[in-house]
Amino acid sequence: MNLRVIKAGVLDTIQDMGRYKWQHLGINPCGAMDKWSAQLANVLAGNNRMDAVIELHFPASEFFFEQPALIAITGADFTANLNGEEISCGQPVLVSRYSILQFYRLKKGARAYLAVHGGFNIPRWLNSFSTHLKASAGGYKGRALQKDDEIGIHSLAPELSALTDKKEYQILPWKTETNWNDSDDTIIEVLPGNEWSRLTQPSQEKFCNQSLRITPQSDRMGYRLTGEKLLSQTDEEVVSSAVNFGTLQLLPDGQLIVLMADHQTTGGYPRIAHVITAHHSALAQKKPGDHIHFRLTDHQKAEDLLQKQEQHLQQVQNACIFRLQEYCKR
Amino acid sequence: MNYPIIPYRIFPLGDTAITVDFGNRIDEALNNEVIARVNQLQQYPLPGMIEVVPAYSSFTVCYDVLSVKKTINAEQTVFELIKQQLVERLQQPVHPKKTVLEIISIPVCYDIEFALDIQYLAGTKNISVDEVIDIHTSKNYKVYMLGFLPGFAYMGEVDERIIMPRKLQPVNITPGSVGIAGKQTGIYPFASPGGWQIIGRTPLKLFDTGNEEPALLKAGLTIQFYSISKTDFYEIQNSALRKEEEPGGEI
Repeated sequence: MNLRVIKAGVLDTIQDMGRYKWQHLGINPCGAMDKWSAQLANVLAGNNRMDAVIELHFPASEFFFEQPALIAITGADFTANLNGEEISCGQPVLVSRYSILQFYRLKKGARAYLAVHGGFNIPRWLNSFSTHLKASAGGYKGRALQKDDEIGIHSLAPELSALTDKKEYQILPWKTETNWNDSDDTIIEVLPGNEWSRLTQPSQEKFCNQSLRITPQSDRMGYRLTGEKLLSQTDEEVVSSAVNFGTLQLLPDGQLIVLMADHQTTGGYPRIAHVITAHHSALAQKKPGDHIHFRLTDHQKAEDLLQKQEQHLQQVQNACIFRLQEYCKR
Repeated sequence: MNYPIIPYRIFPLGDTAITVDFGNRIDEALNNEVIARVNQLQQYPLPGMIEVVPAYSSFTVCYDVLSVKKTINAEQTVFELIKQQLVERLQQPVHPKKTVLEIISIPVCYDIEFALDIQYLAGTKNISVDEVIDIHTSKNYKVYMLGFLPGFAYMGEVDERIIMPRKLQPVNITPGSVGIAGKQTGIYPFASPGGWQIIGRTPLKLFDTGNEEPALLKAGLTIQFYSISKTDFYEIQNSALRKEEEPGGEI
């Protein structure tokens, strides 16, 4: 039985935590842009955190459930509706069969994540479910979802599917905050890159103080940013070398590009700074027109914050597993 | 034992990776060191290492912050620990694999239908198209690194008589196209915008998602190009297609 796409979105793909161990062959890791939200969706749906999710952009796909399912939606708020009724994000929802899931309006953020209990019944490519658009591999047939696609989902355990017979849907009575924290998410913390010292002193100050706008030339590969031009003290070439998710490259025109999930494995532009992993989620929820500020931090803080996020996810996961077990026993 | 240690710089690539750079230049000796180090790290990974990515003069170790973080005390950083372990590794000699040199032969059709820029290159260099082909096929190239696209091999170094800078504006390039950029030569595995001067096309599939090892080339290999006719080009391409369609083959 399947989850059927009845209307295609602008760019909805199957993703997971990324495809690693293949960058030496030029195969970029891909994976969810906002891995924090992707994991949270899985946790709420009672899944393994490495399971596949659907990453949605607005306007998003519409789905038809051929069978009952337990789902969760996290990340951006696209006003999810089940059979015409708005449902909240950050909560597990039991969906009865023949239900329709739609997304009406973009309220906040850039990418929403849909997890289905049991994950999707699709093959892995090189040990990952992530869609690799360039290689046309992984995910669902190596491409973005289209109308009439049928994504296999696993049947619900009898005790869960029995519950769906009563109503069209049922929001399970536990939820979690879908944002990591409520502090100013326009401040993105970075570590200096190897070519940081190439920036002139005034440009280094500018980098830390200016507001940068995300331009429309932004996608899963990277965001082009505009702000005041940054000047380099040298135009010495950088021989192609590895880059990373979050790497900020200085382009010849003095503007910056920040590399995102579908980034190339190597690059030849100066690496001014790198967005810390704990702030990838906030950055991934930004869209063209949004403004961000960069602030320098250090490894100690970057690692501590990442560990805090991990501990939080682990706690939510433990709680969700427990609540779901208890709920089934009722 | 005296082991000449190549000077290097070691720096973070964000909070999940560390790069070791032997000199920020395209140089066969530096790249040999990179490949030897990468092979050794792949064979004996550091604790917490996810993968290692070779480039021209550098390699990058990607690591799992969270798994290592659990094993250290709060004042230490995972970065410092991995860096320290890498520095210790770099003090040990590596022994480059002493194997018989295997050369991978790559057929290329240099017909102007495929070689969009070969006449321009020949004209700029004041040589004939045939001479470009002779020069390009007359030496072995080393695969320095893969990057840019899945399976895209950066190879070098081309004879100085056919060195050409990149185009100012990238154009759309057909898969299999063989190009030159500076002293590098490479093959586009996928359709892509690109700025390399295109001098031919290979019928071989550089990247096959159905294979366990999807890329035809990898860093450290030696390759040689040989010239084929258009008839041969289509013959090789079609026989590869036929193979795919055979029962029991990849779907």
